[in-house]
Amino acid sequence: MSKFQPVSFYKNKKKTYQLTPFRFLKFNQEKYFLSNMTGEYLLLDRESLGRLVEHRLDDSEQSYLDLRAKQFLIDDTNSIATDLLAIKARTRYSRLPEFTALHIFVVSLRCDHSCQYCQVSRQSADKLKYDMTEEIADKAIDFAFKSPSRNIKIEFQGGESLLNFPIIQYIVERSKKLNEVHCRNLDFVIATNLSMIDRDILDYCRLHGIHISTSLDGPEDLHNKNRPRPGKDSYEKVIKGISLCREVLGRDEVSALMTTTEASLKRGKEIVDEYLKLGFPGIFLRSLSPYGYAIKTKSFAAYQTEQWLDFFKESLDYIIELNRSGIRFQEYCSAIVLSKMLTSSDPGFVDLMSPAGIGISVIVYNYDGSVHPSDESRMLAEMGDNTFKMGNVLTDSYEQVFSSQALLQPLEDSYTNSVPMCEECAFEPYCGADPVYEYAMNQDYIGRRPESGFCQKSMGIFKHLIERMEADPFVKNLFMDWANRK
Amino acid sequence: MIPLHGKVVPLNSPGMDIGVIKISRDSKLHPVLAADCAFVSNGQSPMSKFKVVIAQSDINPEHINGNVDLQLPVELNHLSEGDVVSIRSDNRLRVLFRKKSHQNSILLTERCNHYCLMCSQPPKDVDDSYLMAETKELIKLIPQDTIEIGFTGGEPTLYGDEFIALMQLVKNYLPNTAIHILSNGRAFSDIDFARKYAAIGHKDMMLGIPLYSDDPDQHNYIVQSENAFNETVKGILNLKSLNQPVEIRVVLHKQNIGRLTKLCEFIARNLLFVDHVALMGLEIIGFTRANFDQLWIDPHDYKNTLSEAVHILTSYGMNVSVYNSQLCLVNADVLPYYRKSISDWKNEYAPECVGCTKLSECGGFFASGIQHGYSKHLKPFLS
Repeated sequence: MSKFQPVSFYKNKKKTYQLTPFRFLKFNQEKYFLSNMTGEYLLLDRESLGRLVEHRLDDSEQSYLDLRAKQFLIDDTNSIATDLLAIKARTRYSRLPEFTALHIFVVSLRCDHSCQYCQVSRQSADKLKYDMTEEIADKAIDFAFKSPSRNIKIEFQGGESLLNFPIIQYIVERSKKLNEVHCRNLDFVIATNLSMIDRDILDYCRLHGIHISTSLDGPEDLHNKNRPRPGKDSYEKVIKGISLCREVLGRDEVSALMTTTEASLKRGKEIVDEYLKLGFPGIFLRSLSPYGYAIKTKSFAAYQTEQWLDFFKESLDYIIELNRSGIRFQEYCSAIVLSKMLTSSDPGFVDLMSPAGIGISVIVYNYDGSVHPSDESRMLAEMGDNTFKMGNVLTDSYEQVFSSQALLQPLEDSYTNSVPMCEECAFEPYCGADPVYEYAMNQDYIGRRPESGFCQKSMGIFKHLIERMEADPFVKNLFMDWANRK
Repeated sequence: MIPLHGKVVPLNSPGMDIGVIKISRDSKLHPVLAADCAFVSNGQSPMSKFKVVIAQSDINPEHINGNVDLQLPVELNHLSEGDVVSIRSDNRLRVLFRKKSHQNSILLTERCNHYCLMCSQPPKDVDDSYLMAETKELIKLIPQDTIEIGFTGGEPTLYGDEFIALMQLVKNYLPNTAIHILSNGRAFSDIDFARKYAAIGHKDMMLGIPLYSDDPDQHNYIVQSENAFNETVKGILNLKSLNQPVEIRVVLHKQNIGRLTKLCEFIARNLLFVDHVALMGLEIIGFTRANFDQLWIDPHDYKNTLSEAVHILTSYGMNVSVYNSQLCLVNADVLPYYRKSISDWKNEYAPECVGCTKLSECGGFFASGIQHGYSKHLKPFLS
């Protein structure tokens, strides 16, 4: 029928195109990895990449169509691309004006455990010395409500937070009362080792809608080795506690977090099985913390990151196979990265944000009123380094604290779009700035990429996730679900 | 298939230009109301003074007391209480609204700025503004409790401000009715036009806008119009920036099935905020018949692609429906999104469907599909 034009009639008549900003890196022997500021990516062979940047790619090629659909190039037929890029970029940064949502209250430094990886707990009977007072709590609550965020989550931490349950009750009730005027979406979480949980505490939690977060490092022997307490029964107590929490509060009202130690590295599958056995819908495979003995000994060397990556890949691959066999189980670290890769939103995970999440996403009010921009920086302070200390609620105003150089300088220095090697890295959209880590390792906020364990670890995760989903349609579908919290 | 137009036989004057009128089957209708109605008689004599009296085809008009103006053709004997029709001096009767149907679709124009390869209603470049005039009358005769009505074309927005005025009328007369408008969305790339539309403020008014490919060349080719992709996407962005409900409609055929999953990823990444995505089987009517070889692909052959497309969209939390499809031609994972969508007045089943136990849940076919081509892989569900 001649009244219909052929497809060639609708091709770009000018035969020219513009490139939009993108970054690339060599992914493997055949492919280059290209990404743009909104996190969209594709893999391209070197020859095509060369022709792309030389404006010699032809619109009869499949790669041209894919690059155009993902707005890596603009011609007359997709001039709308700039609008779409702008909307997606804006969506990715839409958390920034919200500012701090997570407010951590360290209600006591005292603890019944003496975990090797913890730098902050104190074995002390002296309540007055290491517990948060009402006066400090009042000031900290005022700070929390000064945050512009519509969502305010107050998390109680320790030490063992339940050793100072009265101040938790005080803070919950006072902030609820104040919220009648402030009208935020107010949530509470108690981080606890569950050793002293009981029905009365949980009844209180149910009444006030408080979520429980606990620590579970893996199978009994590993957990008890990592988390010693008098009686050597940490595992038994946490298992009983989880069960009681579910009974009183509901299945999803208690979550668990693991800490990875050297002893964990060979036992990924067992750790995953432990979480699966307990009926958790997933696990967060956390990286080794450098804030323990490793910092002092400087033994947090690259080989450990290598070992951790092996642990991560093995455990993740095991989880993927669980899903393939019909068991729904997620890995949350991957899920966070995947949502940065596959969606236009940013999940706002503190360690993978740029500008860095410190202060902006999370703030820590220590028992003594000192304010720190993250849990890790509080640990540094407890080890005697106050570099990140932003001030004290007793002596400083909210404005003074949040405009302190202890926060602003690391934020500015570590912004990935200006850090050498980060700004040109094609994985930058998925990564983030962790100035506290870099400082702990190198005494500056940036560090040097080739030597950075953070960089090595992040690159390793990104590459593995992309390799897995590009090679296997089942994994692509699974990852798409994870990226969307399904 | 329920016929929606036909020629009436004039019994008195040669051709009455009656215009838009409501049907009544109630011979004793209150005289105040009867004066504006057409009475369709199945043999009963009108007790009130009706504006028009029409006899069914199976009734001898002489057996009816009083003046009978017109006689129906047999295919229009289905006319029921509350239906609205248009009767013109050429004796053409068109059913504009069927009260019993939940799928009333009102044609606003046959003019269009697209010329889609698979258009079911091939555009005509004629002055058919009488359709607009009739619709304005019709709106006032549609019951307030009507659940849903659709507006279609052609391209309704070609009326420009008159389209806006019509929708304002719809809002004023039918504030509680769900309104669905089929448009290619390009007019809304003009933010001022989009603002006027949004200002109508109907609480349940959705635009169904087609997007056929993430490849602009292919989209423009399918709709046979340059720059269509840019303007349609811009239109969607403008409408959503004004919080207007938008549905993306994708007709599935040989020209776009190859990039369907990429289109779904494009929608999920770029247009996540649209309210609904409809993936629709091809209707073998209109231009589709002319372009059959370029368009036809057996739905059996794209089963898995359709499953993947549905998975992508639902994974991103989007509302998805699969329309104009047959139950035996979709995988089980599509069933939660499968809709029995083919309008009651045009759905039929194939000879292969005899004995199928799921007939009542299946959308079946457009009558045109049965006539001109359907899958070779139909398989009745047998008990």
